Amino acid sequence: MSQATDTDVREDGQIESVSGPVVTATDLGARMNDVVYVGDEGLMGEVIEIEGNLYTIQVYEETSAVAPGEPVENTGEPLSVDLGPGMLDTIYDGVQRPLDVLEEKMNSAFLDRGVDAPGIDLEKTWEFEPTVEEGDEVEPGDVIGVVDETVTIEHKVMVPPDYEGGEVVAIEAGNFTVEEPVAELSSGEEVQMRQEWPVREARPAGDKQTPTTPLVSGQRILDGLFPLAKGGTAAIPGPFGSGKTVTQQSLAKFSDADIVVYIGCGERGNEMTEVIDDFPELPDPQTGNALMARTCLIANTSNMPVAARESCVYTGITIAEFYRDMGYDVALMADSTSRWAEAMREISSRLEEMPGEEGYPAYLAARLSQFYERAGYFETINGMEGSISVIGAVSPPGGDFSEPVTQNTLRIVKTFWALDADLAERRHFPAINWDESYSLYKDQLDPWYRDNVAEDFPEIRQWAVDILDEEGELQEIVQLVGKDALPEDQRLILEVAKYLREAWLQQNAFIEVDQYCPPEKTYRILQAIKHFNDEASEALEAGVPVEEIQNVDAAPKLNRIASTEDDEVPEFVDDLEESLSNQLRELY
Amino acid sequence: MKEYQTITEISGPLVFAEVDEAIGYDEMVEIEAPDGSTRRGQVLESSEGLVAIQVFEGTSGIDMDSSVRFLGETMKMPVTEDLLGRVLDGSGNPIDGGPDIVPEERRDIVGEAINPYAREYPEEFIQTGVSGIDGMNTLVRGQKLPIFSGSGLPHNDLALQIARQATVPEESEGGDDDDEESEFAVIFGAMGITQEEANEFMADFERTGALERSVVFMNLADDPAVERTVTPRLALTTAEYLAFEHGYHTLVILTDMTNYCEALREIGAAREEVPGRRGYPGYMYTDLAQIYERAGRIKGVEGSITQIPILTMPGDDDTHPIPDLTGYITEGQIVMDRDLNSQGLKPPVNVLPSLSRLMDDGIGEGFTRADHADVSDQMYAAYAEGEDLRDLVNIVGREALSERDNKFLDFADRFEAEFVDQGFQTDRSIDETLDIGWELLSMLPKTELNRVDEELIEEHYVEDVGEEVAAD
Ligand SMILES: Nc1ncnc2c1ncn2[C@@H]1O[C@H](COP(=O)(O)OP(=O)(O)O)[C@@H](O)[C@H]1O
Ligand SMILES: [Mg+2]
Repeated sequence: MSQATDTDVREDGQIESVSGPVVTATDLGARMNDVVYVGDEGLMGEVIEIEGNLYTIQVYEETSAVAPGEPVENTGEPLSVDLGPGMLDTIYDGVQRPLDVLEEKMNSAFLDRGVDAPGIDLEKTWEFEPTVEEGDEVEPGDVIGVVDETVTIEHKVMVPPDYEGGEVVAIEAGNFTVEEPVAELSSGEEVQMRQEWPVREARPAGDKQTPTTPLVSGQRILDGLFPLAKGGTAAIPGPFGSGKTVTQQSLAKFSDADIVVYIGCGERGNEMTEVIDDFPELPDPQTGNALMARTCLIANTSNMPVAARESCVYTGITIAEFYRDMGYDVALMADSTSRWAEAMREISSRLEEMPGEEGYPAYLAARLSQFYERAGYFETINGMEGSISVIGAVSPPGGDFSEPVTQNTLRIVKTFWALDADLAERRHFPAINWDESYSLYKDQLDPWYRDNVAEDFPEIRQWAVDILDEEGELQEIVQLVGKDALPEDQRLILEVAKYLREAWLQQNAFIEVDQYCPPEKTYRILQAIKHFNDEASEALEAGVPVEEIQNVDAAPKLNRIASTEDDEVPEFVDDLEESLSNQLRELY
Repeated sequence: MKEYQTITEISGPLVFAEVDEAIGYDEMVEIEAPDGSTRRGQVLESSEGLVAIQVFEGTSGIDMDSSVRFLGETMKMPVTEDLLGRVLDGSGNPIDGGPDIVPEERRDIVGEAINPYAREYPEEFIQTGVSGIDGMNTLVRGQKLPIFSGSGLPHNDLALQIARQATVPEESEGGDDDDEESEFAVIFGAMGITQEEANEFMADFERTGALERSVVFMNLADDPAVERTVTPRLALTTAEYLAFEHGYHTLVILTDMTNYCEALREIGAAREEVPGRRGYPGYMYTDLAQIYERAGRIKGVEGSITQIPILTMPGDDDTHPIPDLTGYITEGQIVMDRDLNSQGLKPPVNVLPSLSRLMDDGIGEGFTRADHADVSDQMYAAYAEGEDLRDLVNIVGREALSERDNKFLDFADRFEAEFVDQGFQTDRSIDETLDIGWELLSMLPKTELNRVDEELIEEHYVEDVGEEVAAD
């Protein structure tokens, strides 16, 4: 979190009442959304309502033992984040306090309160390399130099968007802290690496463009059937245990974004620990460097203060915007947006606001859409291109998608990955229901697939969709009369569909060879199944009973392509296709 | 300490009083009724001049003239290693006739959140000896794994079986430990259970000698409901102290979380809060998380807290807010099934809706066995398929099904009879569990075992079983 720079606090107030995370104070002289320090221990809070001389504050820390009459200090500044090198390879709480620094400062494994810490290290020096020269004209947003933030990411130092800009009068290479000026402009302005930005306000950007590149995820069902575009939005709703977190983590690990911002919003502590443990070890499939080198984690676990849950998504998206401004493709995962909505509801009910649907505040839909609106494929204000893709997990109570958070989210996002408890129960993972899910980006991404994967990718994908549809219809009949009552050609469709489900759609996130599937392999598996289908149909036409077709030795090998090492896939599939042809042709 | 006789309103479990000093949020309160009896309570809301107090032991007998004392601190639990072997009531007072507790420390019962950065990811396999758990939904040290049950189902028997049998086999220990440490200290928190159930637990603890390494907190059905909101926090404060100060591996059993949630609802209603789903407070998710998230391990610290909360699903409905919010927080769930229970399965665990989210990291070579993940995966898939076919058989009959389908039906039957239904007294090693798994999987043709690595099939598939069945 950004620490108030002006130390002369504007005015002091007193606490009037305390009820959980909501405190009221009088005589504060604050503006809406100003950050305040509450009580003798100086707990961080934010003004969320003003009524006459009564200020309502949501407090980002536990309020036990805080009493009326204690002082409240106003910083006079809105809730902001520190932006600059050092955000990657870091894990923050919901108000951008680095958790490792907190552990050290608190000298405890448990989160104490009243301890503050800057979002980026103010002491550390970075080797700054200018990219403009003295005499160059620079405008707000322009890049004036770079530092190596991590092995993977070159951090671009930009003129803040609220600067005037002008001619560079002084700039030189060297080692600087984030607060030292690295350049001086003719306007008299000094540029530092560190910028501050209020989290509830989107950073300025140019026009949004239509996204035409997929965010390749390495997940077959996503890349193959329901692709997300770079700059797109997706929701992944599902009951507990259906695979929201595993899918979000797979995207964080394998998607081809430059930067990943992963927000654990009101979920489990151990899930964050898992990421903290794994990401420094796992290689980024793009660069081979540690994944952590492109990742910023934000953790407000379910037992951490609820007000900071409300703020953590804003902290995350503001950080994402900063890297977008540098021209990077950023992917942001929020697991789970429902917890954020519930935090809004909890605070709202303590404010005794008029509840809307299911107790959520009336502004729920507006907040959700403001958040997702910050995603997009942008032209940045300096004329580069950068994107933010947002993937929000949704946790509907009882798994019922008709509830307000799911419904309001679906009105905004363009990709819908519907998780299905029934698939999860039978351990069909990812448990994404192929009937209900959709991607509205499919058509605009087709040219990319044709150019980069295979010319006929859209056609073969459509073939798979058709088979799966037919299977769905046939299954209804099978439930009534049994499989054997179906005509032979329909039984073949069931057989092919079974391979589509088991050999293609299923993907085990815990098996190393299978957890990341390049688009070429996704295509090759599909091709092999189609090959089986075509050869089998001919055999069927030549009078071979479907029973015999099902029993050819080579067919079950289709299930083994996924667990074949990527570089062995072409040969494996070639051989398999050949044996399929031979064995099936032998039958007639 | 000032005493007030300023009560302005008494409503359900709540008392409102006027004050002329600053009272801290969450602060402890003592109320003395005219008959001299005292109750304890806690400040729920504090504003200038007025506080709302939630009274743990119930408000009956309190009148407007009762006196209110503010104790100047939040609720604390006196902790010491000597708590092991003791039986306390739901507010932490000894009820076993033993000596007074001489605390080494007094700890705030609302624990602080563990910094995720300081957590150690749990991955030490706990062998419970129950195949439905060990084989299919493996428990690890530091996990929170609830039992979702229904009224009248034998969840207590399963909980006791786990408490009796749970050990950490040497291979999966870090290596630097000696044997004794694989024994668990059991912290038992009862909320609103019947005297009969309580006796059942106590008798088992005494019979097996488990009591001396247990701490028991008893809030029974006829004890005050509001007290139930404190009991699990006392239990967990004790567990944290034993685990993280004294290096104990603790197993915390909390039963019945449904009663806990009812108490939350009662307080919410008395405060006239806007209710959430089915009348439960909107903050119940956060509240439950503050209990369940206290399970875990900490880097560089020896001990651990493993939690097994038990809840009875109202109407056996797992979309009811209590199991639903619990499942969203805990690291999986073990689901008891009424049908399986009427068929006589012991334990009646339905593995399909059950889940252990920490299983993947706690099993495999070096933890359990290299084939564990594949066997479990394949049995899930095969059992699910057999279950589907049962519906179909009811319509078209077995003869209408193919030979293949009949094998899956047989698999599902034998899976229930041989794998799940082991009895509450049988303690199976993980090897036994997995070997039974292979025997069952070998009823199916090798080509159907597409979730299992081909090499593992070669190694473990039992050839003659398949033939035997086929010959039937
Ligand atoms: N792609 C996958 N491959 C293998 N197992 C999976 C996959 N997705 C989910 N699972 C299983 O399902 C469990 C629950 O998934 P999770 O993502 O934690 O669910 P949610 O976040 O929806 O509650 C995981 O612990 C894992 O066992
Ligand atoms: Mg999850």
